[in-house]
Amino acid sequence: MTMNESEAQRAAPFTAGATARAARTPTVKIRPSRGLFHLDLQSVWLYRELLLFLIWRDTKVRYKQAVIGAGWAVFQPLISMLLFTVLFSYLAKLPSDGVPYPLFAYAGLLPWNFIAQATSRSGTSLVGESHLISKVYFPRLIIPLAAASAPAVDLLCALLMMIPLMLWFGVTPGWQMLFFPIFVVIALLAALAVSFWFSALHVKFRDVGHIIPFFVQFWMFASPVVYPASLIPERWRTLYSLNPAVGVVEGFRWSLLGQRPPSLETILPSVGIVLILFVSGIVYFKRMERTFADVI
Amino acid sequence: MAEIAISARHVSKEYVIAGINHDTLRDRIAHGCRSLLGRQTAKKVAPRSFQALNDVSFDVREGEVLGVIGHNGAGKSTLLKILSRITEPTGGEVDLYGRVTSLLEVGTGFHAELSGRENVYLNAAMLGMRKVDIDKRFDAIVEFSGTQQFIDTPVKRYSSGMYVRLAFSVAAHLDPEILIVDEVLSVGDGAFQKKCLGKMDEVRRDGRTVILVSHDLPVVASLCQRAILLRHGRVVGDGQPQQIIEQYMSEAFTDAGVSLADRTDRYTKGELTVQAITFLDDKLNPLQPVMSGQHLVIRVHYRCHVRKVFKDMRVMVVINRDERASCIFSTDLVSRTPLDLEGSGYVDFHVPHLPLCGGRYFLHAAIENNIVTQDWVQYAAELQVLDGDYYGTGRMYPHDGWRGKGMFVDHSWRFERMS
Repeated sequence: MTMNESEAQRAAPFTAGATARAARTPTVKIRPSRGLFHLDLQSVWLYRELLLFLIWRDTKVRYKQAVIGAGWAVFQPLISMLLFTVLFSYLAKLPSDGVPYPLFAYAGLLPWNFIAQATSRSGTSLVGESHLISKVYFPRLIIPLAAASAPAVDLLCALLMMIPLMLWFGVTPGWQMLFFPIFVVIALLAALAVSFWFSALHVKFRDVGHIIPFFVQFWMFASPVVYPASLIPERWRTLYSLNPAVGVVEGFRWSLLGQRPPSLETILPSVGIVLILFVSGIVYFKRMERTFADVI
Repeated sequence: MAEIAISARHVSKEYVIAGINHDTLRDRIAHGCRSLLGRQTAKKVAPRSFQALNDVSFDVREGEVLGVIGHNGAGKSTLLKILSRITEPTGGEVDLYGRVTSLLEVGTGFHAELSGRENVYLNAAMLGMRKVDIDKRFDAIVEFSGTQQFIDTPVKRYSSGMYVRLAFSVAAHLDPEILIVDEVLSVGDGAFQKKCLGKMDEVRRDGRTVILVSHDLPVVASLCQRAILLRHGRVVGDGQPQQIIEQYMSEAFTDAGVSLADRTDRYTKGELTVQAITFLDDKLNPLQPVMSGQHLVIRVHYRCHVRKVFKDMRVMVVINRDERASCIFSTDLVSRTPLDLEGSGYVDFHVPHLPLCGGRYFLHAAIENNIVTQDWVQYAAELQVLDGDYYGTGRMYPHDGWRGKGMFVDHSWRFERMS
């Protein structure tokens, strides 16, 4: 669908009385959409406030009527950390690259929980909001965007817990902290890429709803969350790093804990795959978007 | 001449029927495997398509209120969804000049867990309003809805009336230049509907452009300046609302496909419905057209769809013309005998001398009691009346200017000279 809502028209909307129109250019043009790369991303920007409202709603509703509220965002990774420490460090004796295992696990759980949450929540988001899709117009990309971004609030809460943990284990962050925001962005892009694909597919194929929980579980064990990437034999490392979560998790650990830096051959394939999935995800989403309201 | 606000050119929408909802991953994979094995799919189902809209063109000028009417499946909803940008046309183009708001329902996106205040912001943002503008209007919205006390209570604790009032209040304060409305007016109680209509009238008087899609023909007749009639996805009528409504109604009665029993444009509980209305003479033979002054029997067939006795009901028929009620027949008005309905059957209203003058009338029928309306069908039947000699004097009208404008009432007169 082609929409041209100029910024000028949006700049002073909802003022009483008819605004004088200089030129007779349509405010909204409705045409059958053609072409694969007509992405119309500026309309997403025009609706940025709605995006923020939706993120805020998701966060608020999630912790409403829960006694410890947003405390869950911290509790969940802490409990997983304890469990993993007992299972994988104490019993299975997995190595942790010279970092205390609880800290190692927590630093891995931060990005992993974010990606897992974003995937499972946004994958079914379009169908979950079907009442909106059939009743009101706004750029549909907003829905998976909001659903995948809302867990970032949890990530922030969980990140705060990292400070006392690091103090406890006596680990001081170094200059590599500066790279941390970059890895957060990559994590976000990875989550969005998967979200666009899954949510658009889910509208047409409800099978996706059944696949996602599996997929997330499988994905975790294919990512260096409970074990270090160094455990993977050297010759499989590049193939292994095609998993977008590998670069993200390794990057988080390195920038927070300062273990030895992840090699470029781990980071580059991950980032490359994230970018490919992200762009193709948007294109696929926009292509399917035309029929969402008819199929959903 | 006002400028054009909406211009629709050759708009079409085609739905592919096979493929919707039958498309699972399994089908895809199965199909993929078969083609890999080089085997053709046993029966290749040609995708059937359905043309929901076919070459629809119309213009709406600024300040015009356009009604869109048509039977179920005529393409009204599809047109509305295209104009609202919810779905795309498969052909043609639409240009809209001005800020557009479309209301397909009130309260879209209301979340039960959130407070009234939070929902106002969320809902308004969804309808395209910016936060600064919501801030400005917030007090007015709350005041209009009359929910001040509860504005920070989660809406799940609201009564349904409060919920709808708050939702409508947001919609009423959007202040667009072009408003596209579905039958949102058909929600809520009578008082609330009146409020909605008042607001619609206000919008009209402000010179906004409105497209109203409705089954509620009296509303279309009273609010709209122009109406278009859709049939099978095409525009088949465009003109004065009254004239278009008549065209729609005559189609309703000639179109054998839609019998009264099958009509879905009714307010019904689904348990007890009006099945048919027929006109008979005093010997109970079918009669149409009828003449003024004739003995007319209006037979209302009903059917209960559940095994239950509906106690103390009334069957009511309203006859109107030019959107004004002319006369009302109701079983409880003329008799105190309780009417218990069960199974199926009919009620005959006997009118010994039909007081209607020549013309075309519409009948609306209801089955209800004082608590609940079981079924209410507007434009349930059409009645053609020919001029007849009501008083048996050979005279029909006192003056030609009054022809067809009044009703006949039994009366007599007496002359007395005082001096």
